[in-house]
Amino acid sequence: MDNKDAKNAEEEKISKEMAQVEIMIGQILRIGVIISAVIMLIGFIAYGIQGSTGLPSHGAVTITAIATGLLSFKSGSVMMLGLFCLILTPVLRVVVSIYAFYVEKDSLYVWITSAVLVILLFALFIGHS
Amino acid sequence: MTQVIIMLAVGLIAGIAGAILGLGGGIIITPVLTLAMGINIKYAIGASIIAVIATSSGATIAYLRDNVLNLRVAMFLEIFTTIGAILGAILNGILSPVVLYLIFGLLLIYSGYNMIRKLRAGSEILQRVHPDPIAEKLELNSSYYDKAADKTVDYQVEHVPAGATVMFGAGIASGLLGIGSGAFKVMALDTFMKMPLKPSTSTSNLMMGVTAAASATVYFFNGSIQPLIAVPLALGILVGATMGSRIMQILPSRWIRIIFVPIIFYIGLQMFLKGFGVNI
Repeated sequence: MDNKDAKNAEEEKISKEMAQVEIMIGQILRIGVIISAVIMLIGFIAYGIQGSTGLPSHGAVTITAIATGLLSFKSGSVMMLGLFCLILTPVLRVVVSIYAFYVEKDSLYVWITSAVLVILLFALFIGHS
Repeated sequence: MTQVIIMLAVGLIAGIAGAILGLGGGIIITPVLTLAMGINIKYAIGASIIAVIATSSGATIAYLRDNVLNLRVAMFLEIFTTIGAILGAILNGILSPVVLYLIFGLLLIYSGYNMIRKLRAGSEILQRVHPDPIAEKLELNSSYYDKAADKTVDYQVEHVPAGATVMFGAGIASGLLGIGSGAFKVMALDTFMKMPLKPSTSTSNLMMGVTAAASATVYFFNGSIQPLIAVPLALGILVGATMGSRIMQILPSRWIRIIFVPIIFYIGLQMFLKGFGVNI
């Protein structure tokens, strides 16, 4: 009987821990999305004040161009940075999911989700070059 | 200034609808941008990719703990979708999109027909006597809490290989044709793998964000993403999708399906006709 109680207590502890991890992950994702929204909003307000984006109206976008624009707080570059952060939010989602499966001790899904992350990073790399 | 307000409003509506239906909102955004506002299709596609990610991420943050989507199904199938998306991007210019338009157009029409059948049948069968062995091995069977029905619904997942094949094809289609493919994902989950509609749409929501992120950098660096179009749209969508995700939970599944049927028929017909070079 005591044995069974101990086992139940152990299970309860794990599920409580899982719930805490899930809430923490939810908060991380929320913060990630809010950060990108705030950067976009700042850039957008700056555009209203500056009246121009400070970016070429068409053609390829380079990291150097955005970085240079950020140094002089050009609204277009700030908005592009916000959009780039937004693009990274699903990647963040995959990363925290790996951690969630790790806490759950689900090694099969730690592997599966890691595979998704590797494929995704590969795609991000192709996209840049 | 008017353009900004229109973008925010379009984003808000597309975000609400997208989060409820598990779609990227491309079917709302692309026509508004190209037809109503006269924006170049290249920039409309760039804005559409951002819209997909904003819908997906906005829906994600509505709840700290999401008890509806199936994370295992999403991650397992994401392998097939992302590989398909990369392959599609590589095959661009080699593989003829005509065949893909015809196949996926027909599949969506079939899916719409199947949804009508489910509506007519009333209740959905969620438990089989013989559970699918692959789904058991991959621990895909799950349950979700349905707020509208106020109960926990247990369900089993079936036909994993068929679902994975459709997801792979959907990945190729999104890489090759530059479309969000949320409709394909809901189709694979709901029609082929027999998941209930709410977990299907919210799992699709998560997946389409990840798939879109895979191709988004291409659009980001080639100049397709115009900040003045994409930023107000994305801000509107983030708010809309957070609302839509909450609305979805309290809507009865039947209503969601009723909204879904005409949309899926429309996208299916549009794709099928595009295969013959007809644009509607």
